Amino acid sequence: MHWIIWCILGIILTPFLGGLIAGVDRVVTARMQRRVGPPFLQPFYDVLKLFGKEKLVVNRFHGDFVLCSLIFTVASVGLFFAGQNLLITIFALIVGNVFLVLAGYCSNSPYSMLGAERELLQMLSAEPMILLSAVGLFMVTQSFDIATIITSGKCLICYLPGVFIALIYVLTIKLRKSPFDLSTSHHAHQELVKGISTEFAGPSLAWFEVIHWYETIFLLALLYLFFASTPILGVIAILFVYFLEILIDNINARVKWELMLGSAWVVTLVLGLGNLMLLYGIQHI
Amino acid sequence: MNLAYFLILFPLLPAVLLLLTKNYHLQKWIVVISSAIIAAASIVFAIQHLHAGGEYINIISTTPNILVTIGDILLALTFLFVCRKLPLKRYWIPLLVVIQYGAVIFYELVGKIPETTHYLYVDSLSAVMALVIGIVGTLIAIYTVGYMKHYHHEHPEIKNRSNQFIAAIFLFFFAMFGIVFSNSVTWIYFFWEITTLCSFIMISYSQSEEAIHNAFRALWMLLIGGLAFAFAIMILADKTGTIELQKIMMMKQSIVLLPVLLLCFAGMNKAALYPFGNWLLGAMVAPTPSSALLHSSTMVKAGVYLVLRCSPILQNTAAGGMVALIGGLSFVAASALAISQTDAKKILAYSTIANLGLIVLCAGIGTAFTLWAAVLIIIFHAVAKALMFLAVGVVQQQTGSRDIEDMEGLIAKMPLVTITMLIGIAGMFLAPFGMLISKWAVIEALTIRNPIFPTIVIFGGSLMLFFWTKWMGKIIVVKQRQHGFEKGIGIEWIALIGLSLLTILTCVCYPLIGKYALVPLYGPTPMLSYGVEITILTMLALMLLPPVIMLMRHKHLVFVPPYLSGINVTDPAQFRGSFGAPEAWSFRNYYINKFFGETILTKWTITFSLVLMILMFFVRSF
Repeated sequence: MHWIIWCILGIILTPFLGGLIAGVDRVVTARMQRRVGPPFLQPFYDVLKLFGKEKLVVNRFHGDFVLCSLIFTVASVGLFFAGQNLLITIFALIVGNVFLVLAGYCSNSPYSMLGAERELLQMLSAEPMILLSAVGLFMVTQSFDIATIITSGKCLICYLPGVFIALIYVLTIKLRKSPFDLSTSHHAHQELVKGISTEFAGPSLAWFEVIHWYETIFLLALLYLFFASTPILGVIAILFVYFLEILIDNINARVKWELMLGSAWVVTLVLGLGNLMLLYGIQHI
Repeated sequence: MNLAYFLILFPLLPAVLLLLTKNYHLQKWIVVISSAIIAAASIVFAIQHLHAGGEYINIISTTPNILVTIGDILLALTFLFVCRKLPLKRYWIPLLVVIQYGAVIFYELVGKIPETTHYLYVDSLSAVMALVIGIVGTLIAIYTVGYMKHYHHEHPEIKNRSNQFIAAIFLFFFAMFGIVFSNSVTWIYFFWEITTLCSFIMISYSQSEEAIHNAFRALWMLLIGGLAFAFAIMILADKTGTIELQKIMMMKQSIVLLPVLLLCFAGMNKAALYPFGNWLLGAMVAPTPSSALLHSSTMVKAGVYLVLRCSPILQNTAAGGMVALIGGLSFVAASALAISQTDAKKILAYSTIANLGLIVLCAGIGTAFTLWAAVLIIIFHAVAKALMFLAVGVVQQQTGSRDIEDMEGLIAKMPLVTITMLIGIAGMFLAPFGMLISKWAVIEALTIRNPIFPTIVIFGGSLMLFFWTKWMGKIIVVKQRQHGFEKGIGIEWIALIGLSLLTILTCVCYPLIGKYALVPLYGPTPMLSYGVEITILTMLALMLLPPVIMLMRHKHLVFVPPYLSGINVTDPAQFRGSFGAPEAWSFRNYYINKFFGETILTKWTITFSLVLMILMFFVRSF
């Protein structure tokens, strides 16, 4: 029954870790811009303050969709830490994203709807590579079960370097970092007001942040799977990748969605599928 | 007497009765009662046969065989009669009829067709198909009665022949049950061509110029499939000495591959895969119930059913790989094309082609696991797609438009219909509903093979996610409540609510379907393991939460108008701009025509699929 313990631990600890990462992100970003930046715990202060605010809503269903999104995002993290099937955890994450998009639509606000539509485009760009990485992990370990993948003891990154790099590429899209922060942005320079989160205020904006923390941890955990045989290297790799994401975020301007979709698919096909085809070729000679 | 006979023959009775009466109430009762009988019979039949292995039903007498021959002759004459008004330059349409029927009837009369007594064969697959036809199909039939009344109310210029239309639906059931129970290829061919005829009758129903044009396009495209079928029969009769489908599937690949490929060709043609996708798109001019019928439980499903039956021969051949690629191409291309559409029925049509492509992809690979996934897709797709078409039909009748853009804020106009629609859409792509379970199974099943196949499924699935979610978003935009749009929907509710419940029920019961229907056919699969079932049940339980959350009353909400980058005026569709005057705003979805438009994608898809089809016949020697 220890998978239940893992599941509960994952669900409880994830927001703390996610918030901490967000805090580090803000400090590092500030230092890159020669600012001092907020304290490390600022994201927690922000979220706690938001929870205490008035519930400003455009209609009574708007906040509900955010909650639904939260439920499924949390479920995906829970399933992940419980070591369940990797595909279904990704699908659960997708359901969470879909509810977020629906929240954007239901507001009947043009900025929010356009942000929702762009969030869909971001999903269309990133989803194939994320699912393909699951396929890659299966090809090496012969299993979709996360528990089996972790205990396989194989050097997964050695078999799947292309998949890993392509995954880092779409990670920028999933984390909504520049140059791919089309649907909503952490930075103030957003031409869509605040995109999909325009109409979120008070508690629903707080939940939106928490969802983002969960999502971040899910994606980083997915990256960790590639290093599951050497945990220390895995943690170092994740820290490095996240630092890389912050760097990319700070030195790039937002691109048009055509470039995002096109480049993400090209990277997926060339690096992701290319890696898998090569692996398939080696396995079947 | 075996229920299989009953299921095949009984639908003829309401068909004949309906031809005799024009009275609406009489029609309604004939349809409701006979639908109930067919549904009940198919359920009993399924209970009898689901867990059992395959079983032949012997027919000692030669009378049925003679009847089929006579039926073939009558059908040929009917096709020629239908073609009588065609201009001379389209001589090749009747020519297609003359060649295939000339050959088949000649073989039958001369006695070249090998004798057999195993004309019928039933197993779990036939039972599943019977359930789909018997339940989803009859719900559509019930809906049709109400729909046609409205239809003629709205279109007084069209002559009211709704009794013929509904009769054609029952004739369709006759043909479909015939196809799924027959073991003799000549019998399947007979029923096969009846479905072609029925769809012709339905598509041309309004007799408008466009309808007749599209009906003939469907006819000639489908007749090409029939021609392939006729060739297959001749080769089987000459070379292999048997016309029993089950026996053929147990023979050596090298001997029967060509006729089996011809049968697959006919199946893919009927399933409207590319390059033949256009007949299904053209079929949209018909009244909506016929689209629902063609797309969900009948017609196209007959096509994929035949390909599924052929899969034992296709397994591990290069030709089978080509079949899989044609399916995969249709899956990705049709999903992409659906993104560029605003017409709800057209989106549904493309998504049908896509899902059938996925089924054929599974059948072409032909391992137990992929076949398992394919049958699941058949079930889930039939239910959800029928629901979607019927919901769109109702929306069109009540609001006068089936454009997605006009459906903005539908939830405020027709909340109940919108909820059924949301269930239908969720059933088409969202975890943990039906189609996603099967897509999951497909990815798992295909990953063991070449990684190119799961990649196809993943890309197609992502495209699908895009167009379904933006449709979903459009209808749930919360606007001012408008009353009165759901008045006047009568008997249609039975179908809408019934199919919504079925969409959820099939999903909840998926382990049962897997265990009782599919394990006897294809053996145990990893998708029935304890862990997977627990995960899906968890997801399903979580899916109960959204409706609960939506129904809960929230306290302390402060309502504000949406941010419009200007001063809001009382009308939420307007804001006060920098010049002080109220400005209207509107929002349209992305359709991404420059990537996924019909003008760009269609010709490439057709070219590629033609190449793949030609390759399919050429690589068979490998």
